[in-house]
Amino acid sequence: MNVVEVNVNPKRVKHDLKKQERSLLLRRFLSNKLMVTGSIIIVLLLLLAILGPKLTPFDPYEMVVKERLEAPSSHHLLGTDNFGRDLLTRIIYGAKVSMWVGFASALLSSIIGLAIGLTASYYRYLDNILMRICDGLLAFPAILFAIALMAVLGAKTENVIIALTIVFSPEVARIVRSRALVVREETYIEAIRSQGASAARIIWKHIAPNTISPLLVKATFVFSEAVIVEATLSFLGAGVPAPDPSWGNILSDGKDVIYTAWWMTVFPGLFIILSVLGLNLLGDGLRDLIDPQSSTK
Amino acid sequence: MEQPLLEINNLKTHFKTERGRVTAVDGISFSVEKGEILGVVGESGCGKSVTAQSILRLFDEKYTASYEGEIKLQGENLLQLSKAEMEKIRGNEVSMIFQDPLSSLNPVFTIGYQLMETIRIHQNRTKKQARQMAIDLLRMTGIPSPEKRVSEYPHQLSGGMRQRVMIAMALACKPKLLIADEPTTALDVTIQAQILDLMLELNEELGMAVVFITHDLGVVAEVCTRVVVMYLGQVVEEANVEELFTTPLHPYTKGLMKAIPQMDGDRSQKLNVIGGTVPALNAIPSGCRFASRCEFANDLCKEKAPDLQVHEGNHKVRCWHYAEISNKEAARHA
Amino acid sequence: MPNQQAESILQVQGLKKYFSVKGFRSKSKNQQVKAVDDVSFTLYKGETLGLVGESGCGKSTTGRALLRLIEPSGGTVLYNNEDILKKSPREFRKVQKDMQMVFQDPFSSLNPRIRIGESIKESLTIHSIGNRNEREEIVMDILGKVGLRSDHYFRFPHEFSGGQRQRIGLARALVADPSILILDEPASGLDVSIQSQILNLLQELQDDFKLTSLFISHDMSVVRHISDRVGVMYLGKLMEEADTDTLFSNPVHPYTKALLSAVPIAKVGKKRERIVLKGEIPSPLNPPSGCIFHTRCPFAMDVCKQVVPEKVEIQDRHTVACHLYS
Repeated sequence: MNVVEVNVNPKRVKHDLKKQERSLLLRRFLSNKLMVTGSIIIVLLLLLAILGPKLTPFDPYEMVVKERLEAPSSHHLLGTDNFGRDLLTRIIYGAKVSMWVGFASALLSSIIGLAIGLTASYYRYLDNILMRICDGLLAFPAILFAIALMAVLGAKTENVIIALTIVFSPEVARIVRSRALVVREETYIEAIRSQGASAARIIWKHIAPNTISPLLVKATFVFSEAVIVEATLSFLGAGVPAPDPSWGNILSDGKDVIYTAWWMTVFPGLFIILSVLGLNLLGDGLRDLIDPQSSTK
Repeated sequence: MEQPLLEINNLKTHFKTERGRVTAVDGISFSVEKGEILGVVGESGCGKSVTAQSILRLFDEKYTASYEGEIKLQGENLLQLSKAEMEKIRGNEVSMIFQDPLSSLNPVFTIGYQLMETIRIHQNRTKKQARQMAIDLLRMTGIPSPEKRVSEYPHQLSGGMRQRVMIAMALACKPKLLIADEPTTALDVTIQAQILDLMLELNEELGMAVVFITHDLGVVAEVCTRVVVMYLGQVVEEANVEELFTTPLHPYTKGLMKAIPQMDGDRSQKLNVIGGTVPALNAIPSGCRFASRCEFANDLCKEKAPDLQVHEGNHKVRCWHYAEISNKEAARHA
Repeated sequence: MPNQQAESILQVQGLKKYFSVKGFRSKSKNQQVKAVDDVSFTLYKGETLGLVGESGCGKSTTGRALLRLIEPSGGTVLYNNEDILKKSPREFRKVQKDMQMVFQDPFSSLNPRIRIGESIKESLTIHSIGNRNEREEIVMDILGKVGLRSDHYFRFPHEFSGGQRQRIGLARALVADPSILILDEPASGLDVSIQSQILNLLQELQDDFKLTSLFISHDMSVVRHISDRVGVMYLGKLMEEADTDTLFSNPVHPYTKALLSAVPIAKVGKKRERIVLKGEIPSPLNPPSGCIFHTRCPFAMDVCKQVVPEKVEIQDRHTVACHLYS
């Protein structure tokens, strides 16, 4: 081993290395075309949800009876619905609801799932109890379970988030737990244990970061599933209550007039497809991107 | 001179990787005579296992690897055979055993079933005959009560037993050549001694040639008749086993021998160190591949790659100034 | 080389680790595997004690039990005249600072997501040594001592080769300035040329840090090279213990003899008498009665099948557990 004594400024090295790592990450991100596509779709949808309400001249709630069920035109770009409301505006406000519900339930179920998964994997006596509860929750089909919860909680946007969090947390917990179980058997955990590290340090500093990559991937898929389930709930009338717009209840309104006003079904449907596609592409890409071993390639 | 059993001429194995082509085995040549045990030694990444797998063309030729050169088995170039012809060679004329006997056996079948399968692929036998053969093979490899063992599953056997089963499987068709890729590395020393003895016995009884791939010079000294030393995809030295251990010529071989702790003699001496690490396959130096770690390297070594040259008889070495080095060392000791 | 009067630093008495195995088919409820069964030895200040044996002999379990990475089932371990097995986790932390371990697999013993400097520094943080800036400096200093550069601090484990990772492992074990080092096959996964680098480095560090080491390995020649004394284990028991030169030149236990003779030697011409043991290591679930080695021993007598041999000191500092010598 040649020991090369280099006089280096550690701070500089750290800075340079971090820069290098960042640019490497960026290069790998850019080289994954599908992931870039997914990210662009999601960013555009988010921008639409955030900025859209300011750009549109229409009010999503204002009914103009004489303009009912107008086909797409230069005035109403995507046409109007059965109450004469501008469809594009409704979809934009719906995007806000859908993205918010999806994001919030993904975030909440990630946090709760992470906590449950880590606890179950580290404290073996809790494992059986926690996992049997998760199994029980997972035994219900997601949509039926969500409908049942909504029936108890009442139709309200916040309640949709709560219901979806309850539905998806066990899935996240399972994934975190299985990854954590692998990690806790690694020698580096034993090594840090031999130093006398506390349980909190082992769990949060060593096990948790190593579960982040599957968790993040799962979170994007939960996001996309949440968008679908929310739409389904609203479609069935158990989700976001009318007259608040959501892609699901726009679809629901549209189903009665599907033969006369195709645009009421097609456009919200397209937005649902687009957002789910975007999120799934993003999730797949993330899976490849955040593995530290593969970052040398 | 009689035709050698296996003759490898200027074999190159290239791998396709994400970052372009990498040559893991770069122009190696050696031959295996009938009935001899040839050792191939080297450290990880030297291409010894790739060589072994190349002989049987085990790499996927469409997506992973491509071969160049000649691998002649009794005069027939294996690299020009069709897939079907190659399948007849594998397990029949040439068989192979691997380091990890557990992953080489299918856990869901009994060892008898797997042995019988191997027998029936290459030979026209009834089930009953094959079963009897399987039992005989297991007995030959020293497995106690083989009648009982044939109906056991791999997990019921210990590591040493599994390796015996692998050897039995490899012997099923009485191959002319057995390629053993680190067959005892995963085993304990007392079990390793048993397996080495078994391989020596079988070699003598069946007259089967063995290519013994290992990183352990001790094992080489115990079982091999001739040795090929590899470094970074090339042969750096080739000699009879006695010559290699008494008068190694290449600085790498010498360094390696002095780096091993001994079982007798003075313990207070520090171990010899070969400085640095093996260069990566995608950053192979232009001159002698060992130059960056060689204490005797000069400008010539860094610029021009030496060829494998004959020293005496069948002692070959790939070094520009092995003679000088040996003289220098002799002077130092005198 | 420690002299006779060397002061003992760690006394292990009757160390036991039994794992209970839940029977899947067997009717007996709990079977026990005696991974370490009544092992006693003493570490003297400044020496290196080698612990050799084949897989499953309990040598690694012994090392881990000393650090309570695996909680022992019985016995005492005296460090500074206190039984460390009885200490509370809080009290034991002080012992952990003094007793450090180097692990076999340099690839899995470093957290892939943490920069290696941070990994090394953790030991200092846990034992509250120095302040923030000092810690960084101590780590950079230790990196230099194990033959790495200080700017390696900020790199991730995957950027290093096996040999370099083992250096990192050594740095991590040494950064808190321990007095006892437990080395579990530290050079096993490495190539010969890298192994010699690590062994040499280890010897230098042992001198520099005035370390007492327990060197666990299956490789007889490596143990011979590095240890002052050697203990031979078989199926959870310590069979023979002696000074290295004595053990290698004059082994007395039949197992030790067989083990030594089975090691292939990289020399030609000198054909040794090789004792090839019959059979396999018995299953620890169902160990033989009497002397645990009698099923494979070429000299087994009737008494060996019934009576467990006591440890006897046949010479100064040379003990053996075998009926041939009692």
